[in-house]
Amino acid sequence: MKVVVCVKQIPDPALPGELDPSTNYLKRDDKLILDESDSYGVEMALQLVESAGGGDVSLVSMAPNGAVGGLRTALAMGAEGAVLVSDAALAGTDALGTAKVLAAAISRMSPDLVLAGVESSDGYTGTVPEMIAGALNIPSITFAKQIQIEGGNVKVQRQTEAGYDDVECPTPALVSVTAGVVEPRYPSFKGIMAAKKKPVEELDLSALGIDSSSVGKNGARQETVQVTDAEERQAGEIIEDDGDAHEKIIEFLGELKVI
Amino acid sequence: MTDIDVAKEMIAALKSWVDNEVVPHASEFELPDEYPTQMALQMASFGLFGATIPAAYGGLELDNITYARIVEELSRGWMSLAGIINSHLICAKLITRFGSEEQRQRWLPTMATGELRGCFSLSEPDSGSDAGALRCRAERDGNEWIINGTKMWVTNGERAGVVALLARVPDSDGTDSGGITCFIVEKTPGPGNQSGGITVSPKIDKLGYRGVETVEMSYVDHHLGEDQLLGGDEGIGNGLRWALAALELGRINVAARGVGVAQAAYDAALAYAKERQAFGRPISQHQAIAFKLAEMATKLEAARLLTYEAARKADAGERVDLAAGMAKLFASETASELALDAMRIHGGNGYSTEYPVERYYRDAPLMIIGEGTSEIQKLIISRALLAED
Ligand SMILES: Cc1cc2nc3c(=O)[nH]c(=O)nc-3n(C[C@H](O)[C@H](O)[C@H](O)COP(=O)(O)OP(=O)(O)OC[C@H]3O[C@@H](n4cnc5c(N)ncnc54)[C@H](O)[C@@H]3O)c2cc1C
Ligand SMILES: Cc1cc2nc3c(=O)[nH]c(=O)nc-3n(C[C@H](O)[C@H](O)[C@H](O)COP(=O)(O)OP(=O)(O)OC[C@H]3O[C@@H](n4cnc5c(N)ncnc54)[C@H](O)[C@@H]3O)c2cc1C
Repeated sequence: MKVVVCVKQIPDPALPGELDPSTNYLKRDDKLILDESDSYGVEMALQLVESAGGGDVSLVSMAPNGAVGGLRTALAMGAEGAVLVSDAALAGTDALGTAKVLAAAISRMSPDLVLAGVESSDGYTGTVPEMIAGALNIPSITFAKQIQIEGGNVKVQRQTEAGYDDVECPTPALVSVTAGVVEPRYPSFKGIMAAKKKPVEELDLSALGIDSSSVGKNGARQETVQVTDAEERQAGEIIEDDGDAHEKIIEFLGELKVI
Repeated sequence: MTDIDVAKEMIAALKSWVDNEVVPHASEFELPDEYPTQMALQMASFGLFGATIPAAYGGLELDNITYARIVEELSRGWMSLAGIINSHLICAKLITRFGSEEQRQRWLPTMATGELRGCFSLSEPDSGSDAGALRCRAERDGNEWIINGTKMWVTNGERAGVVALLARVPDSDGTDSGGITCFIVEKTPGPGNQSGGITVSPKIDKLGYRGVETVEMSYVDHHLGEDQLLGGDEGIGNGLRWALAALELGRINVAARGVGVAQAAYDAALAYAKERQAFGRPISQHQAIAFKLAEMATKLEAARLLTYEAARKADAGERVDLAAGMAKLFASETASELALDAMRIHGGNGYSTEYPVERYYRDAPLMIIGEGTSEIQKLIISRALLAED
């Protein structure tokens, strides 16, 4: 069984991010790290292969400047190898362009199963996985909390508000994994050492046969027109307790529909 | 030497584990003196039981500076975790450096995974600093050795499957002046009486350094094979010298523990001082507290630099008796001072088990005592200084 996991490498959310005022893009000059949203897909893939008693977990990522920091983390967790698509012409690519590029890279890898996160932590359009499936013309299942491979089928418990649906489709397929459904392992120190030596194949657009005008800023159908600061957080409402504070709090939570 | 980027990633992974899994839960195990089984398992998954064991025997073969940073990071979360691997790795170091190839093959691969645990047994009820006065005896009987004696303060002694035991081999005339020798005892992990005349006491109830067990072990006519004499017949009489060499590296480890505990105490003090209000402002805005923080940070930095420098010297193959002695002396005393400082800054809360500072305060003094007391470090340092001219 061959599983390919899409992993996005993002600027460290713990560091203050900054937008480039000329383009309104997030600056990605610092080291990129593995998006936590994708650590669940990596863990899920490793568990699938372990329980199948064999197979191969490979990674695919599109990132600027040949960034491999996040890939190394996933390789240290146990993935075998990675494909990185990096090309100066990709600057400004929108979600659809990203999906096209990733799909082209994935089709060369002939996987049985493609895993992705439901949404990334920095862009969070939550659209790339399904568009990859569209481009590859394979079925896709979203919001997986559990995945099983049986024969030529993938069986998924698809999380819903009420519980989960059992969904099944033939492989090859793409499944997006809900954050938090598995506990991503810490890389072993041997894994960290080995990750240095694992293969990362770097591809540019010409290697993928993609016309650079169809991606990047020129190919993007989406443009960031304006950026506005988020509203300052307002102080919350303080309820003085005159004996009925609990009722007021219940009412407040009811209005928010959280209870 | 360990690759710098690899080391950085290891420390980052460890730090994230310590922050997420150790810091929030350490006191749940420490106060009731409960062994942190899950934490030890994760340490094994990281590969820490093989941290300094050569790669040829399945270990990570980390250099001293990387190992010191690991110990520091573990101790920042909970000092006992460093104890779980420390005497295990001292035992492995003795086997690596002084054992025969056959002995290395026999024990190191399973020690590297943590499947087989080791401990180090030098101290006795009546000998600690004066290790040369130990009384445990090993007598040759044909192809075997017969061990009799009582050992004190054996950390990891219960869970260990191998013990690096220091015992005295009597002279041919039967007197006890003979050489101290290192044997590798094999035992079944667990407490109580064991077959073959080994008894493991219940764990000693300790002020701090709880969770990890420290026990007394006694041997009555316990038989060892010839192949359990470390380094073969050449090892007879070399045990103390070898143990002291292994302890030299152990001192860098204890210094790193001191740095870790001092860091934890400082972090707690800084956070609390910024938050706690008194007389209309955060206490950090009172100069007495701000100056205390300044002193704490300065001592912490000095302790860390001494420790890293000793580790660097060891990695460069230089003599480390002086550097390791200074690092151990200063870092352990600093940990105790900073733990008390942090408690002062926490006021009453520092005295409560609700806050981790009281644990740092109880853990820190061990570093002043274990692997050579501060007085013994001063002996080592002054001897090295006076021998220089
Ligand atoms: C204005 C703009 C400028 C951009 N500039 C660049 C650039 O200079 N260089 C560049 O490389 N990208 C660039 N991008 C692409 C961007 O970083 C995202 O990859 C893309 O928009 C996906 O959107 P998202 O984060 O909302 O993904 P989502 O749909 O929220 O992500 C869901 C899942 O899809 C997968 N996925 C998404 N993106 C990637 C990826 N890049 N690699 C692997 N898996 C992925 C992951 O599994 C992720 O969990 C730009 C995008 C925009 C909108
Ligand atoms: C929690 C814990 C775990 C331990 N784990 C281990 C272990 O795993 N394996 C092991 O072998 N040992 C272990 N030890 C033992 C430890 O190494 C000894 O306690 C330590 O070496 C001190 O020896 P002692 O307790 O006999 O004190 P003593 O040697 O009796 O010292 C008492 C005091 O006299 C001072 N003193 C002694 N000689 C001199 C001198 N020449 N000049 C000036 N002052 C002097 C000492 O500094 C000290 O202040 C452990 C101890 C503790 C507390």
